Amino acid sequence: MSAPRQLPFGIRLATLLRLLAVQGAWNYETLMGNGIAFAMEPGLRLLPDGTDGAPFRAAMARHAGYFNAHPYLAGLAVGALLRAELDGEDVTRIERFRTACCGPLGSVGDRLVWAGWLPACSLVALGVFSAGAAPLTVVLTFVVLYNLGHLGLRLWGLEAGYRNGLQVANSLGNPLFRKGPAAVARVAALTAGVVWPLAVRGVVGPARNWLVFVLAAAAAGAFVVTRLQGRVEGWRVAIAGLAGLILYSVVR
Amino acid sequence: MIELFPLTMLGALLGLDVVSFPQAMISRPIVSATLAGALAGAPGRGVIAGAVLELFALETLPFGASRYPEWGSAGVVGGAIFALHPDGTTGALAVAVLASLLTAVVSGWSMIQHRRAIGRWAAGMRDALASGEQGAVATLQLRGMTMDLLRGGLVTFAALALFVPLSRVVLSVWSLAPAPSRAVVVALAGAAALGAVWKIVHATAGARWYLLGGFLLGLSLLGIT
Repeated sequence: MSAPRQLPFGIRLATLLRLLAVQGAWNYETLMGNGIAFAMEPGLRLLPDGTDGAPFRAAMARHAGYFNAHPYLAGLAVGALLRAELDGEDVTRIERFRTACCGPLGSVGDRLVWAGWLPACSLVALGVFSAGAAPLTVVLTFVVLYNLGHLGLRLWGLEAGYRNGLQVANSLGNPLFRKGPAAVARVAALTAGVVWPLAVRGVVGPARNWLVFVLAAAAAGAFVVTRLQGRVEGWRVAIAGLAGLILYSVVR
Repeated sequence: MIELFPLTMLGALLGLDVVSFPQAMISRPIVSATLAGALAGAPGRGVIAGAVLELFALETLPFGASRYPEWGSAGVVGGAIFALHPDGTTGALAVAVLASLLTAVVSGWSMIQHRRAIGRWAAGMRDALASGEQGAVATLQLRGMTMDLLRGGLVTFAALALFVPLSRVVLSVWSLAPAPSRAVVVALAGAAALGAVWKIVHATAGARWYLLGGFLLGLSLLGIT
């Protein structure tokens, strides 16, 4: 594979910033397709004849169609597709790649980020809160830690995608994606175990003397929720429970 | 109503963060409720509401095209309501959390309507998009984000306008003692969080032992500190 044409810094930056808005026009017909075209647009201006040319318009039309991926990994597809368009790859190959990469980019991202990194960072922030840190420290812990992973993944995705073009599938073989989700899940499990009782104590306030009862009730409630998996969600039960509590306290 | 403006702006920005821009998760309740509490003059109470709501939010992660509650605006509503009542107001956390959860449901529904509206706009621009018009792509994107910003602001404003006065009325006639009032809220949040963590990690080999080990360590720390 030949070395890719160097993208000017301004275009890389514009693409990265637009990737932050890749889901800005998310809808049930094309999902994030419009966002992909929006993110690629600065780079596609480098096509022959610029924005007035037929290649530019054809590429924009192609990439505004249906597309789905995890938003943080969409950069991997955007980089690869941009490289393919600028290299003048065969349209059939480009379209096949678009179709093929949706599934893997979605499932890997969901497992790595939504089921791993996000809850892990959330639990770390709850741990910091439980340790009695100031509100600003709690907020900064979560925002900085989470976004180190978030922005790092977006930046890496765009760079790796553009560097490897349509061969970018190899990047998904990176140990981060193969072993990362399981490793992050174990860290999240350990953190959750440590933080859960401490966080409960952190918010129990005037019910401190009831802590053992609260922990036991919460554990029993969690057991029921997990046994009824798919049929009931804890936060929905909480709406009914809190409404009942408030009603009882007001009318008794 | 004018005093709701800063909180409405915050709700709008954090509602935008959930999906549209920049998805930095500043919309998570641990952040949104704390910021709202700070705007209401009590960040310490904001972070308490945020921690309770974050326990619930662990259960509702934004997987793919699934439908989930919207925590950006909801966290602002919960954090602000809890912060607006002085320390020691019995029942304030229960009322704030319920207001936040209800807002999250309505706001989640509004996101679905917003997505459908974008679909209709896209259908109206089909020819322009199919011919690769640069302006059509940018217009659809910017319109979607602008409407999402307005959506978050509108939900936040409506929820605050409804729940702030309602919370004052409810808390003025609250009769339960402080301990059970708080215990019920925390037990419900703790149950949701633990159930959520189990659902996330139980499929990973060995993760349940990490959870158990961590739990024993957490209980030990509870005894020590």
